[in-house]
Amino acid sequence: MTGVVVSSPHVPRVNRVDRVMLQVILALIPGTLVMTWYFGWGLLINMALAVTFAVAAEAAVMHLRGRPALSTVTDLSAVVTALLLAIAIPPTLPWWLTLVGVLFAIVVVKQLYGGLGYNPFNPAMAAYVFLLISWPVAMTTWLPPHMLTDHPLSLVESLQAIFLSTPPGGTWDAISAATPLGEMRNQLGENRMISEIRQSPLWGDFGGRGWEWVGNWFLVGGLYLVWKRIITWHIPVAFIAGMLFVAGTLWALDAQTHPFPAFHLFSGGAILGAFFIATDPVTACTTKKGQLIFGAAIGALVVVIRTWGGYPDAVAFAVLLMNIAAPTIDYYTQPRVYGHAGGSK
Amino acid sequence: MQAAEPRFKQRRLWQFHGGIHVPDEKALSNGAPVEPSPCPPVLVLPLQQHIGAPASPVVKVGDRVLKGQLIAEPRGYVCAPVHASSSGTVVAIEDRPIPHPSGLSAPCMVIETDGLEEWADLLEPLIDYESLDPGVLRERIRNCGVVGLGGAAFPTGVKLNPGSDHPIHTLVVNGAECEPYITCDDLLMRERSGDILEGIRIVLHLLGARQCLVGIEDNKPEAIEAMRLARAESDLKDRVEVVVIPTLYPSGGERQLIKVLTGREVPSHGIPAQIGIVCQNVGTLAAVADAVLRGWPLIERYVTVTGRGVARPANLKVRIGTPANELIAQCGGLKGDLAKLVCGGPMMGFEITDTRIPIAKAANCLLALTPAEAPDPGPALPCIRCGRCADACPANLLPQQIYWNARAKDLDRVQDYNLFDCIECGCCAQVCPSHIPLVQYYRYAKTESWAREQDKRKAEQAKARHDAKLERQERQERERQAKLRSKAVKDKPAAPAAATTETGAGTAPEVDPKQAAIEAARARAAAKKAALAEQGLAPKNTEDLAPAQQKQVAAAQARRQAAGLTEPAPTPTETAAPGPKAAAATEEQA
Ligand code: SF4
Ligand code: SF4
Repeated sequence: MTGVVVSSPHVPRVNRVDRVMLQVILALIPGTLVMTWYFGWGLLINMALAVTFAVAAEAAVMHLRGRPALSTVTDLSAVVTALLLAIAIPPTLPWWLTLVGVLFAIVVVKQLYGGLGYNPFNPAMAAYVFLLISWPVAMTTWLPPHMLTDHPLSLVESLQAIFLSTPPGGTWDAISAATPLGEMRNQLGENRMISEIRQSPLWGDFGGRGWEWVGNWFLVGGLYLVWKRIITWHIPVAFIAGMLFVAGTLWALDAQTHPFPAFHLFSGGAILGAFFIATDPVTACTTKKGQLIFGAAIGALVVVIRTWGGYPDAVAFAVLLMNIAAPTIDYYTQPRVYGHAGGSK
Repeated sequence: MQAAEPRFKQRRLWQFHGGIHVPDEKALSNGAPVEPSPCPPVLVLPLQQHIGAPASPVVKVGDRVLKGQLIAEPRGYVCAPVHASSSGTVVAIEDRPIPHPSGLSAPCMVIETDGLEEWADLLEPLIDYESLDPGVLRERIRNCGVVGLGGAAFPTGVKLNPGSDHPIHTLVVNGAECEPYITCDDLLMRERSGDILEGIRIVLHLLGARQCLVGIEDNKPEAIEAMRLARAESDLKDRVEVVVIPTLYPSGGERQLIKVLTGREVPSHGIPAQIGIVCQNVGTLAAVADAVLRGWPLIERYVTVTGRGVARPANLKVRIGTPANELIAQCGGLKGDLAKLVCGGPMMGFEITDTRIPIAKAANCLLALTPAEAPDPGPALPCIRCGRCADACPANLLPQQIYWNARAKDLDRVQDYNLFDCIECGCCAQVCPSHIPLVQYYRYAKTESWAREQDKRKAEQAKARHDAKLERQERQERERQAKLRSKAVKDKPAAPAAATTETGAGTAPEVDPKQAAIEAARARAAAKKAALAEQGLAPKNTEDLAPAQQKQVAAAQARRQAAGLTEPAPTPTETAAPGPKAAAATEEQA
């Protein structure tokens, strides 16, 4: 007998935080591999860097707070944050910017608010926005997918780019390219028609070439999470529906200045956002009804910001905006409790 | 025979929100028939084995008592008598550890048995009960000490008296037995299905109910078969239906079962009678049949002794008051590595540390769990708001929000999130990936809310007393002034002395008829309030608490009163780490 009286239930617990996080990490693998295939080693290097920084930062903060570092680090939540940030940033981002981003995510956004479970904002997205606003050029310097360039970066070149900030071939311009979202934005800014813009070899079936496949494989990972019941369908489905609804409405109004709705879905971070980022439980809504509102609002906001905002992609901004609203939405979408008349209060 | 049986039409079933699938572990103990347990040398009979007031002893230390003899009579309406479960001598009436979540001691009657099993004169069987007034039947059920045997232990006579403003159309019979491990109701249905049907017949008559639905989870095929057979053989074929329901914890919760069978929901803070339903456990119905048809008091019950920590799991027919260790010994003793002993099921039962505690009327199971069966969940991590708890909650609450506010000690907010609709089923805690002892927090918050309510009432009473005193003093002062004035007119020099005596009289207890009447009225009101509180009717919410909670709340309150505390007491049951307070403290340190 343990001598310690523990309250009921006296049964094994079926879930554990680290196992949940591990599943999320597993689900990121397909998208990550495909992304590496199209955009080179940079992503994997960034992931390794980000995870190392994140774990070190989390352990250091826990140590300073006088709390056990091991149990916190092994919950793997910092690793997930780091991986998501690494996926969001350009594959050739200088290492110190990754460090700054990770520190911001873990120390400022997560731990200063009290650690896991207390942070109102999604740490990865907050850090992404922080970097984007502070270093806009570096944060928008993307490589083209490998089939659109005559010089895909080798491992060594990637390392050089990240650690020494030396672009292969001398200038960044030579190897970098706008992301499809950026391209679409620039072209539309020059008053081109969608039909014209889509002539470019940059485009695949729905979105940018390469990009759409990355989206597809993150989708596979996302569906895996739904299947494993790590997340429920509510936020992703609402996200996609909200996005398609707004994009579809705009497209129906004027198909020449607004891209086809599927373009939005398979460009930038939409799929990743719908399944991996907006579903971060800590910062999302927790009621089912609330999750539908939360997801749909993010999806809609992404299109709105992409269309009228100042930055090409908008998932991070939309998620952060809705993070602010989440507690309020939760409060007003409480489920009808057994034995209570009427709906939510 | 099969052909003669009418086809059972598929009844529409409803679903309650959430619920969880847990390994049912019933095969451990449901393989063999119920074994009678031998009469122990000493019986320990708690005077309060039910919700409500404790019974008061009617025999003295040294008296010889017979089997079935009344040894403690009910005090108050919500109360049940206690009978001797064997013959012997009363050797003590004293506080002993009782089966209670807090490990409390409470007054018990201790009987040294003589092994003669000599019966007392039993009440006369009421075979012709259909010609009798329901009141007479209720009286009989009450006199036989029948209480809810499903774990609630609410006096059955009271439950069967919903009052004329609540006409009852349906009797719901709870044979779900949704808690893992427990199989005593399963065995009871297999072995005593006829008696259960008799009990149903009596209760249908008593309530004037039209129909009866017997809900049994589909993991008990033998019980289902037995009950269907008994039904087919009875004259109640067109009024009773045996309904097979899917196995899903906690479908045996009264509110959940009613929802599954009828689609209706018991109003929050209400009772099933408000929607025309009364729910009884199968064991209770067999006890009702014993009481009415045989005049037997409730002195025995079926108990499951199981878990991998006991050598030979079994179902036993046990005299109420038998110490737990006797039952464990009968089942071959404890073996191997024991993590804990639990009274009740693994989901809602409570850990016991003293194996001498007696089996009370409500005790349906003794569980000896190994570390593999009940592993220590380890330290709790912060809530990640994943919502799994809300998905699992059968009351459709938001457990994470209640937890959040309970930890912040925001008692108003926890009520906002309907804390008192929580049935403490433990689903939320079982699925929580952060291993937070959620139920512990809810119990704590309930106790605190209750205590606060209590303090508020006390403060109100104190204020009323204070106001009355002020008023009295003012009146006295006025009278004194008036007297002074009149005296001053009559006899100036004598005035100061008179004033002094008057003031003196003012502080001494005075006999003012009007005042006495006010005081008496106040005392009556207080008594009424206390009675209501005892019945669990005040403050709001408490009447639909699970019995365990209610007991716990009462105990906490008692302790509080005993200690003269207004300061919030620590969690009653869970002395252990991480108690909510301790946990909150550590988490807040940072
Ligand atoms: S299951 Fe546990 S971690 Fe998840 S929301 Fe509920 S309390 Fe929080
Ligand atoms: S213990 Fe209470 S809050 Fe938790 S699942 Fe059961 S009813 Fe819901």
